[in-house]
Amino acid sequence: MATVELRNLRKTYLHEEIIKGVSLAIAEREFIVFVGPSGCGKSTLLRMIAGLEDISAGDLLIDGQRVNDTEPARRGVAMVFQSYALYPHMNVYRNMEFSLRLAGMPEAERRQRIGDVARILQLDPYLDHKPGQLSGGQRQRVAIGRAIVRNPRVFLFDEPLSNLDAALRGQMRVELASLHRRLDATTIYVTHDQVEAMTMADRIVVLDKGVVEQIGTPLELYHRPRNLFVARFMGSPPMNLLPATINAHDPDGTMQVRTETLSVSIPTQQGGLEVGAPATLGIRPEHIRIDPQGAVQGMVEVSERLGAVTLLHVRLPDGQMIVVQTGGDNTDSADTPICMTFEEEHCHLFDADGMALARSTDHPLLAGA
Amino acid sequence: MDKVAVHPPVMDNPAGRAARGRHLQGFVLQSPAIMLLLLWSVVPLLMTLWYSLRNYNLVDPTQQGFAGINNYWYLLTDPDFMTSLENTAILVGGVLAISVGLGTLLAVLYNEAFAGRGIARVLVISPFFIMPTVAALLWKNLMLHPIYGVYSAMMRAVGLTPIDWLSRYPLATLVMIVAWEWLPFAVLILLTAIQSLDMEQKEAARMDGAGMVAQFINITLPHLSRAITVVIMIETIFLLTIFAEISVTTAGGPGVASTNLAFLIYSRALLQFDVGGASAGGVVAIVVANIVAAFLLRAVARNLET
Ligand SMILES: Nc1ncnc2c1ncn2[C@@H]1O[C@H](COP(=O)(O)OP(=O)(O)O)[C@@H](O)[C@H]1O
Ligand SMILES: [Mg+2]
Repeated sequence: MATVELRNLRKTYLHEEIIKGVSLAIAEREFIVFVGPSGCGKSTLLRMIAGLEDISAGDLLIDGQRVNDTEPARRGVAMVFQSYALYPHMNVYRNMEFSLRLAGMPEAERRQRIGDVARILQLDPYLDHKPGQLSGGQRQRVAIGRAIVRNPRVFLFDEPLSNLDAALRGQMRVELASLHRRLDATTIYVTHDQVEAMTMADRIVVLDKGVVEQIGTPLELYHRPRNLFVARFMGSPPMNLLPATINAHDPDGTMQVRTETLSVSIPTQQGGLEVGAPATLGIRPEHIRIDPQGAVQGMVEVSERLGAVTLLHVRLPDGQMIVVQTGGDNTDSADTPICMTFEEEHCHLFDADGMALARSTDHPLLAGA
Repeated sequence: MDKVAVHPPVMDNPAGRAARGRHLQGFVLQSPAIMLLLLWSVVPLLMTLWYSLRNYNLVDPTQQGFAGINNYWYLLTDPDFMTSLENTAILVGGVLAISVGLGTLLAVLYNEAFAGRGIARVLVISPFFIMPTVAALLWKNLMLHPIYGVYSAMMRAVGLTPIDWLSRYPLATLVMIVAWEWLPFAVLILLTAIQSLDMEQKEAARMDGAGMVAQFINITLPHLSRAITVVIMIETIFLLTIFAEISVTTAGGPGVASTNLAFLIYSRALLQFDVGGASAGGVVAIVVANIVAAFLLRAVARNLET
């Protein structure tokens, strides 16, 4: 398996820069996920690594060697396409055999290797079938099998699950994760689905408009978003964001933050914002507690009962809407007044540029990170 | 329209009777079209069959009566007939080979992005809009004429003696002219087919280590196989009956060197006024066309299956 290093990679189409300098070092056996909204350049970046797009500037290194000008097939990478891109006139066996045949591998060895891969992916019964005769999930497996037989150094996936229905997607997600553990392969996986990113990634790279917004483990991104974009993008339902001002800051760095309807004190590192500076207060729905003694008052507008949890859409006295996540046994219905407490240790504070203020306390789950 | 009026309620009828009723209704509604088609194709066929069995020469009206298989006998033992069959095969085969072979390459080429692609596409398609008589005249007088032709002028310009293509190599020249007319059709069909090829398939092949040639053979050509069969079938139907080009350029000559089956029938009927013999030729042409069609249809059906 291999390391991959991106050094200030750029991609320009005509006059428009699509990838604006991405740097990233991927360790051996790491599962890296690129996430970001549609059109942010995830596929372009992946295709640059694959060799399907030219690199306008910067260096791409695989196992320490610069491969900018190496043909895709010689980079030792295999890609699974969103549309699967199976060869429709070849049966499953021939689809997987194609690259091996081109590489001049002897017949017996090809048969052996395809047999092994087919067994791992439970494709044995379908080796004679053409792609048109397979279901979506089976085609997906063939596409993965076609990548595995080549025994590549790096696997690339471009939204491989987005054409499957929800149930199958969940199942394939688990299969892919266990396959990765089994193959121990360096993997780069593109998705716009944050559940896929959170569940499968060792590290997530959040992209927006061709720029890396943050790189980190799923929990780092979730609990310590570097800026407003990441805070909004990760988490469902998304983080509540309220405009606020700095009321005071204590010598130890704790900020007294006021919004129209509430005030909290947030432990940040010293040297943050001036008193009176505009800011944004962020808090995730599960970090707002319903509490009869709570200082924050609101009116339930909509109650979404998901079974395990209930999402309350609450209107604050100044008209702002926030989402509160509580237990599935919550009985508050629309038009019920409630009182809430914001858990201060889970509040996020962003400055006027949208950058998060560094915290003075570490998150318990992120110790050592 | 009110659906109930078209399909009266059939609740009380057993299912079988209802289906038969609908079947009959459909047949009655279709019958005018079917009758017209029958008249259109069967009556001329029967008349041709009838004439082919009779002595019937416009020059000599006294010779009449039943000829039996004599017309066929004369035709099939005539050395010109075998030559015309051969020439038909060469014309069809040659034009197919050139138009499909070159057409596939051009389609691949014109699918790539290059400056002026739109104009180039229009230019490559345009010969198709020239009627066969005009195309043949263009080639005969404008391009290949031994004295005024563009080709001849070009040859003389570099000090070579131009060849009189149409009298030295009449059949090969005809193949070239007709291929020029049909190449645009092949390019048009194959280009539209190639545009429906999923680019990711070619990229996948590229990642699997396939170069340009391997991609063409393993991805593009299989994708085009259906379209190629369709081109071959349609072209064959038209190429079996090439007439205008021969009539305009060589009039079947020199001798019968460029006479195909269609032109042979024409020369029997309208140059020798032998209606009986020409009809026999017509019947043979129908048989040949049907044999070819049977093979083609089988090939197409197999190709369209999956
Ligand atoms: N061949 C191309 N020419 C010009 N612009 C392109 C091309 N391919 C992609 N783009 C642009 O690059 C941007 C990123 O595209 P892409 O990488 O496909 O986004 P994502 O995969 O994140 O949805 C888009 O705005 C798209 O319009
Ligand atoms: Mg994409």
